[in-house]
Amino acid sequence: MSQRQVLQGVMSLLRPLLLDVVPTIQQTAALALGRLANYNDDLAEAVVKGDILPQLVYSLAEQNRFYKKAAAFVLRAVGKHSPQLAQAIVDCGALDTLVICLEDFDPGVKEAAAWALGYIARHNAELSQAVVDAGAVPLLVLCIQEPEVALKRIAASALSDISKHSPELAQTVVDAGAIAHLAQMILNPDAKLKRQILSALSQIAKHSVDLAEMVVEAEIFPVVLTCLKDKDEYVKKNASTLIREIAKHTPELSQLIVNAGGVAAVIDCIGSCKGNIRLPGIMMLGYVAAHSENLAMAVIISKGVPQLSLCLSEEPEDHIKAAAAWALGQIGRHTPEHARAVAVTNTLPVLLSLYMSTESSEDLQVKSKKAIKSILQKCTYLPALEPFLYDAPPNILKHVVGQFSKVLPHDSKARRLFVTSGGLKKVQEIKAEPGSLLQEYINSINNCYPEEIVRYYSPGYSETLLQRVDSYQPLAN
Amino acid sequence: MIGTFSYAKFLKFLYSVPEAERGWEKSGVNGKLTAPLDWLYGLVRLPGRRIVTPVVNQMREAMATLARLQARSKAVGQQYYFRNSVVDVFRKKENDAAVKIQNWFRGCRVRAYIRHLHRAAIIVQKWWRSYLSRQHYQLVVKLAYYTMKMNLYNEMAVRIQRRWRGYKIRKYCFDYFYLKEYLRAVTETNDAIRDALEEFAEMKEREEKKAALEREEKKRDYQARKMHYLLSTKQIPGIYNSPFRKDPDPWELRLQKAKPLTHQRPRVKQKHSISLTSWLACTSNRSFPRSEILPPINRKQCQGPFRDIAEVLEQRYKPLEPTLREAEPINELKEAREDLRRQEWIRNVNDNMFLPFSSYHKNEKYVPSMHSSSKYGPNSYGCQRFRDENPKKWICPKDFQTVLPSFDLFSKYGKLYSKAGQIV
Repeated sequence: MSQRQVLQGVMSLLRPLLLDVVPTIQQTAALALGRLANYNDDLAEAVVKGDILPQLVYSLAEQNRFYKKAAAFVLRAVGKHSPQLAQAIVDCGALDTLVICLEDFDPGVKEAAAWALGYIARHNAELSQAVVDAGAVPLLVLCIQEPEVALKRIAASALSDISKHSPELAQTVVDAGAIAHLAQMILNPDAKLKRQILSALSQIAKHSVDLAEMVVEAEIFPVVLTCLKDKDEYVKKNASTLIREIAKHTPELSQLIVNAGGVAAVIDCIGSCKGNIRLPGIMMLGYVAAHSENLAMAVIISKGVPQLSLCLSEEPEDHIKAAAAWALGQIGRHTPEHARAVAVTNTLPVLLSLYMSTESSEDLQVKSKKAIKSILQKCTYLPALEPFLYDAPPNILKHVVGQFSKVLPHDSKARRLFVTSGGLKKVQEIKAEPGSLLQEYINSINNCYPEEIVRYYSPGYSETLLQRVDSYQPLAN
Repeated sequence: MIGTFSYAKFLKFLYSVPEAERGWEKSGVNGKLTAPLDWLYGLVRLPGRRIVTPVVNQMREAMATLARLQARSKAVGQQYYFRNSVVDVFRKKENDAAVKIQNWFRGCRVRAYIRHLHRAAIIVQKWWRSYLSRQHYQLVVKLAYYTMKMNLYNEMAVRIQRRWRGYKIRKYCFDYFYLKEYLRAVTETNDAIRDALEEFAEMKEREEKKAALEREEKKRDYQARKMHYLLSTKQIPGIYNSPFRKDPDPWELRLQKAKPLTHQRPRVKQKHSISLTSWLACTSNRSFPRSEILPPINRKQCQGPFRDIAEVLEQRYKPLEPTLREAEPINELKEAREDLRRQEWIRNVNDNMFLPFSSYHKNEKYVPSMHSSSKYGPNSYGCQRFRDENPKKWICPKDFQTVLPSFDLFSKYGKLYSKAGQIV
């Protein structure tokens, strides 16, 4: 017999024990069922099919707290695997009893009930709505105010799971007055609690501008910035997620964050972590810089660009590199000063190599190409552009040559430097179709120089000179 | 020539006659004599006028002449015709010449006239054109003046606008200095935040270190308390106080300071009972001791209307005696049914209802009676009027529960604390 069959046989044996006279047996049977269902979703399905749930729900209303905890544990274990199982739990009327359990005196029972509700609400918006309709949200907000830390954690996690699906659900949570309590608890020293609090606040703030403003009005800044210095990695990640969700809506909110010194804190946070933890911070910098050029300048003076280029070069994963490339593109695309600030840190060759490399994912290639294009269109810093002449593909070369043709006519020192560094030679070697934009740019560059130099550097000049030598008749005197 | 007739003399004679007597002027073509003979005829036609004698003499002369002339009239006629025909040739030529001369002269006259007209027309046109041009010129001058003024105004307006736009952009739309200030302020805030966060991180580290140290201390303290027996005595130096050492080990000092551990008292576990009296379980044990406490011996009765202390204590620590209403659930029938169902659920191997064998052949379809199968439905009397359950109309998903008030009158008879109504 396979292991699964054995375990399912166990299920049918445990079922009658749930109604045993001795309460300890009942509790232990429930606990066993819960642990089995927790392990595997087939077993959870077996629990549902075996008609155990109505029994559990019935006795959940009646029995003592140990049984309630065990029964809520079973419900949680069944509900966490898939939306269908969670729906089965909702269909047998468990939500009302769980909500009644939330009003119990014992904090353990409340914790188990809140945990079960959180796992049910996690899957999709309909289940969340069912949980909200059962009246769970005000009770969860009351649970958050309880002194026990574990209960606070679970209640915060449940609120986070409820509010993450849609703006209406988040609004329901906000209407119950959750934000003030959540904001107070940011200062709590417990790391896991802070994780959940920050996650809940970010799920609320991500939906719309109004919700983000309400979160900001709860005076989380600058307290949230201390969370960015926490030892726990996930606290840092959730804190930067929260700041990102607030910053992405409007320029005013980003301005608020910049004025509170959030950008510097996020940059330091990026510097101190590695891997996926950095990702929300990188995206936050990109969102702030995308809104307006003043904000992008604020990011630049907070020393964000060296940090981002460091991320770009040393991170192994493609999606983080793509995010860093996108953020750099957003910073550099506004004005020549911004493009110069990005170009000075030598990020452009890195971006080019990422674009050209065949190993990068498509997303990374697309993002680095966009970043290069947007920065190049504003870049007037010629020393950074010169390497591009040598190894850029034609579609980027066009932009580079275009930039040169814009800058060279006005700057004589740049012209001299262009010639001495071999750029003019390279430009002559570029083959372009006559009449295309590239050819026009090349012509305008050639017009900045006297004809002899242009001819000197054009390819094949030595051959033409030698031909002239061959065909020259010396004057007979 | 015909003779000595002189036509001129004749005419002179004729016109010497006074006006009043010139009757012949009324006759002939245009009142003028056309031929010498006509005079005669005219004269002859004079109607009964009396001619004056001097005139008659002259007339006689004339009549003689006339007779003479008539004699030569034929020859005159012929000569006349001859001379006319000879003259005729010249006449045409002379006529032509005369016509030509007149022609040319008329032409000259007309040309002179036309020339005159031309000059006049030129003068008129000259004046008129000069008048028109002067008007036009005035218009042109006005226009040029106006254009010049407008150009000047535009120029001045452009200057003002240039200044104003520069000022507006620099002050309100993009204030460069404000931007610089703002960026400087942002840098300062950033530095301040960075410092504050550094401080915060340092503080947290220090706290953690302190907490770790304290934990270590506690652990060592506990260990020292456990190892208290390793302390050195006067006779035997302990492990940590070897005589070969200069100083005793720090553990030695710790052991000296530590208090030895005592045995752990076994904790008494509370028995959990799940009877109805378990509502007391949530309260602390100390407040409601269940055991009967005897009153202290030699206790003086308090002065005053106080009851016996034993009674009071008994009343205070009396266990809960719920009424029947609370003791048994009101829906015990329903619960008993549920209980039975649960029992069967435990016991039964198969959940399906066990049908008797006799019903195997009873596979006929049920034919409802006419009363219940009519299309008008069953009679609503007795079904829909008296206490029928219609869950669709309920406002709340739960049904009412029948609650009978219990008749509490005699359940507490003789057991009440108060002495009201008792015969003393």
